Amino acid sequence: MSTAAAKSGQTAFGHILYVLKDNPVTLIAFFMFAVLIAMAVVGPSLVPYDPLASEAAVALQPPSWAHWFGTDSLGRDVFSRVIVATRLDLTISVAAVALSFVAGSVLGGLAGYYGGWLDAGLSRILDTIMAFPLFVLAMGIVAALGNSVENIIYATAIINLPFYARLVRAEVNTRREAGFALAAKLSGNRDLSVLALHIFPNALPPMMVQVSLNLGWAILNAAGLSFIGLGVRPPTAEWGIMVAEGANFIVSGEWWLALFPGLFLVIAVFTFNLLGDGLRDIVDPRRRT
Amino acid sequence: MAAAPLALPRLGFLRRGRPILMRIAQAIPVVVGVVIISFVLTRALPGDPAVYFAGPTADEKSIAEVRAKLGLDKPLPTQFAIYAQDLLKGDLGTSLTTGQPVMEDLARRLPASLELTLAALLLSCAIAVPLGVLAATRPGSWVDHLCRVLVTAGVSMPTFFTGILLIYIFYYLLGWAPSPLGRLDFIYFEPSRVTGFFLVDAVLAGDWETFFAALRQLALPACTLALFTLAPIARMTRAAMLSALSSDFVRTARAAGLTKRKVVYGYALKNALLPVVTTLGMVFSFTLGANVLVEKVFAWPGIGSYAVEALVASDYAAVQGFVLAMALLFVALNLVIDLLYAAIDPRIGFKAR
Repeated sequence: MSTAAAKSGQTAFGHILYVLKDNPVTLIAFFMFAVLIAMAVVGPSLVPYDPLASEAAVALQPPSWAHWFGTDSLGRDVFSRVIVATRLDLTISVAAVALSFVAGSVLGGLAGYYGGWLDAGLSRILDTIMAFPLFVLAMGIVAALGNSVENIIYATAIINLPFYARLVRAEVNTRREAGFALAAKLSGNRDLSVLALHIFPNALPPMMVQVSLNLGWAILNAAGLSFIGLGVRPPTAEWGIMVAEGANFIVSGEWWLALFPGLFLVIAVFTFNLLGDGLRDIVDPRRRT
Repeated sequence: MAAAPLALPRLGFLRRGRPILMRIAQAIPVVVGVVIISFVLTRALPGDPAVYFAGPTADEKSIAEVRAKLGLDKPLPTQFAIYAQDLLKGDLGTSLTTGQPVMEDLARRLPASLELTLAALLLSCAIAVPLGVLAATRPGSWVDHLCRVLVTAGVSMPTFFTGILLIYIFYYLLGWAPSPLGRLDFIYFEPSRVTGFFLVDAVLAGDWETFFAALRQLALPACTLALFTLAPIARMTRAAMLSALSSDFVRTARAAGLTKRKVVYGYALKNALLPVVTTLGMVFSFTLGANVLVEKVFAWPGIGSYAVEALVASDYAAVQGFVLAMALLFVALNLVIDLLYAAIDPRIGFKAR
């Protein structure tokens, strides 16, 4: 039994290695992902300058050895601010995606397993959410709930919810009558434990792919909201708001203010997208496009 | 004798008219849901909505007046009925910042947004569809790689960042583009309003100088939005073309000795366009959101920048009116796309959905 499990673990690991060897881009994506995580975790304690400390004497200087990414209109070091912002941006998107993952799993699982009016009602609600242009709905939610970082997270979670709930619902629904589910029920498990422990784990691989693709989108969404002045307040370092501040200086040629935070935003989104594609190749090679 | 050939298509229309009516009926619950959500959003305002709608200078008495006027002292279902009634009359409330009815503000600014969106979508379709076709017919070639790079970049680039980069390159460095401030440089007069689309109005007025000025102003924001919408369209065209090219009817067409051009454009592309039209619905959803960001970057006086100004000023009636208007526009667009789909492909029935 244990050797068989070890063997299957080995082949799964071997499969991942095989796919990674075939696709170095995914390997790079994993590496970039690790760098981003490291930046979020240890970045704030490593940066050369205080991200909030202004120094009027060195305002609006182009990139130099002292200030790698230059300084902004208040003399703050752009490099330090960009690195420090990683934590906030990743926190917002991870929290939002985690919320919609959990809520979507519970709602989608229950709807897919029990069906009936629960399923019909949930589908109607999800359809209605999808009937809105999603970024616009997020704007409306933040306007209604109040202008704060938490509400940006809730808004991003709500607009992502339909993707997760629908995915779980479909995966659970097709396995509701499967042999292993009926067997688990016959051996005395309650409905909820059959659903949570036997059926739901099957939905996890496609969910992981969705999470990775969604993280990039969640970052874009949160940065977009703070770009138009929602959520994060000005002195805080955040990529979207830094690009917005830099936009005022781009017409007079101070390109470094907007370029570097924007570049990091692009890199983060790019990493998650590559990761999602790579995970999809590992989980389900047939869906590759 | 002459009536017979006329009667047949008319009968055919009746047969196909029913599912179209069914599809329109299906849109009604969605519209009701959209109205309910936007009602919940207006009533979910932090604190007392009456205080917000009364404005910052209101005292106790005028707040109570506003509360009674808005019907906020009544039970929720009654409030909803009043809200729905106002909507039917086209009343979205009054904007605090402009002092005008929100509906009028939105109607006045909508053409600017539509002109930008439509120009961007036309541009991106004109690039993305041929690009996707070329990438699918020559897999592994440089066109295929270019397609892949553009698709990945388009998905990863935030629209506001693309816009700022384009401004830096084409306005600051090269000086080709006019300053990114609105639809028309202040030295030109706005063309007399017929459609609200400056390009169309200028042509109607025969004012070619204004036309080119408006076109120059439109170029950068439209390109920004087009770069963003390019990705999903090109990706879908490529995937749909690949599956169409590997299908049996293409093999048969090839075996029958048709020219490559006829096979690719006459048979494969025609069938591949169906999923592309479906994707357009999704693309529109993203475009309406991205519009807000692009309009802010280029100070474009459309409804997106109106909503942003309203958000900053905590002008909630204007924001909620904008959200509702966008949602209704999107529902209508999806309806049109579905009907278009049925018109292109007679096999599609609405009952199966």
